[in-house]
This record gives sequence, C-alpha cells and structure tokens, in this order.
Amino acid sequence: MTTHASTVSASPPRKRSKYTFAPLVLIAANVVLFALFFVWPAVIGLVYSFTNYTGVGVFQWVGLDNYHNLFGDSTFYDALTRTLLYTVLFVPLNFALSLLAANLVVSKHAKGSSLARVIFFIPWLLSPIVVGVLWRWMFGENFGLVNYVIEKLGGGAVPWQSNADLSLLVVVMAASWMWTGFTMLLFIAAIKNVPVSYYEAASLDGAGPWRQFISITLPSIAPTSFIVILLNTINAMKEYPVFVALNNGGPGSSNNLLVQYIYETGFKRGQIGYASAASFVLMLILMAVAIIQLIVNRRVENR
Amino acid sequence: MTTTDMPRPLDADAKQPVSKQSPRSAARGGIRRAVPATTLLWILAFLYGFPVLWFILSAFKPASDLFSYPLTLVPHNPTLSGFRAAWDSANFSQYFINTAIVCVITTILTVGVSCCTGYALAKYDNKWLKAFFLCILATTMLPGEVMLAPEFLVVRNLGLYNSFAGIVLPAVLTATGCFMFRQFFLTVPDELVEAARIDGARELAIFARIMVPLSRPIMLTLAILSFQWRWNDYIWPLLMLNDPNKFTVQIGIQSIVGAQNINWSVLLGASVISMIPLIAVFLVFQRYVMGADINAGLKD
Repeated sequence: MTTHASTVSASPPRKRSKYTFAPLVLIAANVVLFALFFVWPAVIGLVYSFTNYTGVGVFQWVGLDNYHNLFGDSTFYDALTRTLLYTVLFVPLNFALSLLAANLVVSKHAKGSSLARVIFFIPWLLSPIVVGVLWRWMFGENFGLVNYVIEKLGGGAVPWQSNADLSLLVVVMAASWMWTGFTMLLFIAAIKNVPVSYYEAASLDGAGPWRQFISITLPSIAPTSFIVILLNTINAMKEYPVFVALNNGGPGSSNNLLVQYIYETGFKRGQIGYASAASFVLMLILMAVAIIQLIVNRRVENR
Repeated sequence: MTTTDMPRPLDADAKQPVSKQSPRSAARGGIRRAVPATTLLWILAFLYGFPVLWFILSAFKPASDLFSYPLTLVPHNPTLSGFRAAWDSANFSQYFINTAIVCVITTILTVGVSCCTGYALAKYDNKWLKAFFLCILATTMLPGEVMLAPEFLVVRNLGLYNSFAGIVLPAVLTATGCFMFRQFFLTVPDELVEAARIDGARELAIFARIMVPLSRPIMLTLAILSFQWRWNDYIWPLLMLNDPNKFTVQIGIQSIVGAQNINWSVLLGASVISMIPLIAVFLVFQRYVMGADINAGLKD
C-alpha cells in the first residue's frame, strides 16, 4: 500500500483503459498470492493425483489408478454418502432457522429485536471447535444436560454419542445453530431491500402476514436464497472441525466426512497422490453444485 | 444482489401508518400481532442463547460439581479454578499469544491487500483486471480444504513449514475482502477520481490520500471478519505447525478434547477463555458487522 511508484501519464487521458500501470501495482500482491497458493497447488494437486506420491522421494506415474481405486474404496463411498447426507440435512435446516430468525428480527411487531439479533449472532463468533465442545457438553450421554432433562421427564438416556445417526443429527443441529447468525444477516439485508409499497398494496388487498411472506418476501429474496444455499452447500461439504470436536468422526469412523478422509489418507497415511485424487472428486462436486446454482439463478432472474 | 429500484429505508417511516386503517385499531392490531411475534422471537433467542449460557456457567463450577446431580444452572460455589488450570496447563497462554500474533498480522495484510485489489477492480477497466476478477471468483468455488495436500506441499516447498508465515500468507487473499472493497468503491463517484486527476494528482496518490481514508468503515468490517476467521481456524494451523510452542488456541482445545479421558473442567475453562477476545471485539464493533452489506463471495 505504501508503494508510491512514480508513474504519471503526462496528460490525463479520457479513457479509463489507458491506465494500466497503477491498477497492476494495486493488484500485484494478490496476483502473487493467487499464483502461489491457488494456481500452484491446483496444478500440482492435479498432477499428483495421477501418481503414487507419498510426500517425499520419488513417485511413479500411475495414470487413473488412484481414481479407479477411489471408486472401489468403500471407506471413500461411506465418507462421500455421509457428507452428502449431512449436507442434505444441514442446508434446509439452517435455511429455515435463519429465515425465521431474520423475519422475526426485522418484524416491527417483535419487541427487543436488536438484543435478539445479537444473541442469534453470538454462536457464529464461536470457533467450530468450541461449538463442537459445547454441544458435546450438552449432549453427553452420561453427563449431558439434554439427557438429564430427558431422564427427569421420564425418558431413557438417548445414545447421542454411540449411535451413528443420532451423532450426525447432533452435528447437524450444532452446525445450523452456529451458522444461523451469519445466514440471518444475509437474509436481513435482502428483506430490507424489498420495497415497502409491495407490502402496503398487499395488506390493502387483505393479505395476512403469512400470505405476504409467501407471495412477496420469498420471491423477492430469491437471489439471496440461492447464494445462501450455494454457500451453505460448500460449507457443509467441507465441514470437519465441528465433527472432530463433537465426536471425532465417530462412533468409530462412521461419521468421517470427506475432508477428514482426505486429511487421514493424505497426512496420517502419507498417500498424497491418493488424497489429491479424493480432493479432485470433492472439487468436481463443488463445481457441479456451483454451476447448477448459476444456471438456475440465471433462469430465475431472466424470468 | 437484490437490486430493487425502491430501497426501503427512505419511505419506511413516512408511509408506515398507511397499512393501518385508524390509529386506534392499529394499536390493538399492533398488540395482537406483537404478542405472537415477540414470543416466537424470544423462544428462538432462548434456544440460541441458552447453550452458550449453560456452557459459560458450567465453566465456573468446581471440577467436582460438574457431574453431580441434580444439575444446576447457576454454580453453587463459583470458582475460577477451571480457568486457572486451563491457563496454566499445556502452554495455553503461549497458544493465546501465538493466535493473537497470527490474527493481527493476517488481518492487517488482508485489509491492505483487499483494499488495493478492490479499488483496482472498481475504478479501472482493462482485460487483465477482468480476468483477475474471474480468478478471484474461482477461489470462492474452491475452498482451501479441497486442496489440503497440494497446498501443504507448496507451503513446505516455499520453506514456510512450521512457521507463522505458513499460516499467514495463504490466508491473506480472500474473495470476500476484495468483493467488499470493490462493492464499496463502485459507490464512490468517478467524478472524485477525475477531479483529483485534473488537479494533477498521481494515480496511486489518489488511492492512498483520498480513497483509503474513505473506505475506513469497510476496513473495520473486513478486519473483524478476518480476525474471526483466523482466530477460529483449525485445520490449516494443525497441518502447518508441529512445534508445540507455536500451536494456536484451537489446536490446544482440540488436544484436550482428543485426550483419552477428557478433563472437562480444563476444557470448559480453555474454551470459554478462547471465546472472550472475539465476543469482546464483536460487542465493541457490533454495528460494523451487523450493518454491513456483506453479500457476495463469502468465504474464509
């Protein structure tokens, strides 16, 4: 930022495209970072995914073997399906909770909304690790508050930790809880952009709050909804720290998600080539999601 | 994103009463609507606030009371022993300092670099910039977690393994930051730049003297976001660091959780301590986060 390079074009040209040096200086740092930490890893990742590289020493070209093995690897399939299941549960739950929170916070009928907004936002400030610890503390099988309350009410202890599906459910709830504040902010910005006159016209025509929400709010915030779904899908597909802290991908390895799988094959077992292949599968999924979103979004906007 | 021709804030106050037929029925209707809306809001707020409250209050319980039934919300004999044990154990104070250093350096670099890039993307126009804009957009689709192994090799080949630079540098480029500044500078009128040019100011001087001071609110917003991302980052520092003296807070907490027998008293203390800086920063600078129009390319 402090580089005051002395580049003066003698007379100020009319066309903005005449300036090339100044903008290039300004983006130089990010271009270097982009090349170093984005292009380079992407390229060598793609190359290594066709080799049996272990991180040190020599490696051999193995062609498509890694990809071939990957699709025959039941552990990979389990990680993939578990990740997709987690995404399918997390995205709608977070969407619904955030939209509800945003609507209540902007509603002029609800009292104390500025304090409530802060309360909704605080979980987002906690790190995924702390969120995992917190929910582990709440949902501990022998000591957790939730099971304590359930037993007080006459129920039996629920195996939140030792049942794989319940364990996943706890993570889904924890992650939705954590991300609500942020998603809510996006929805609040979108809802505030809806022209008030729409609601006035609707209420003159006798539409109730629910009807107004369905017919005005939802269609008006559709672009934001798409962004939210896209971001949350990406976030869910790469989720790892919450799982580590909450149940360490357990019980056993039943809740090992893709990133954890990549981490364990790449760094614990040193199969960099194989892990790179798994990374590229994840990348292709994310790109497919992004492209589908873009197409749908464009179609909706052009309607 | 949602670009509508009639923004709400302008006419919100003026036209509000129109939706209600008469002041008296409006008051009654207001209460009839206020009760369910407020109730629902506070039930939801309770669901979000209570786990944090329970967690923090538990941290004040002495280790012996943590599991004694009946569980109570408010600790009988509040104590700081858990916090003290956490702070003294396993270098936690060192982790805290390490994390603070990493966060501050990364945040300063991120804000500086994003400001430059955002300005260039907003106020200049040539094919290189357009191409770079697309490149930045691409980074949002491919989060770092996707390329863990190759990115690790790159940082190792650069000789940055087990150093703070290895955590800081890959985190400096963020699409969110660039887009936030770009969005902001697009709203600054071009005439301002033109006028400065006519007065003979050099391009980079225009940026440094006029534009940078203008963008102060965006700087703060991005600084808070960046600080939050780095403070809470887990997987990248875990990969990069193997010297326990350089560990960050999140690694420290995870190492307590990962132990065979979890020492909950220490764990709760450590977790609550780790929450303090961010919540303090947030409460002070709340309006910069809450008011921010963060919308595009969000990524950490």
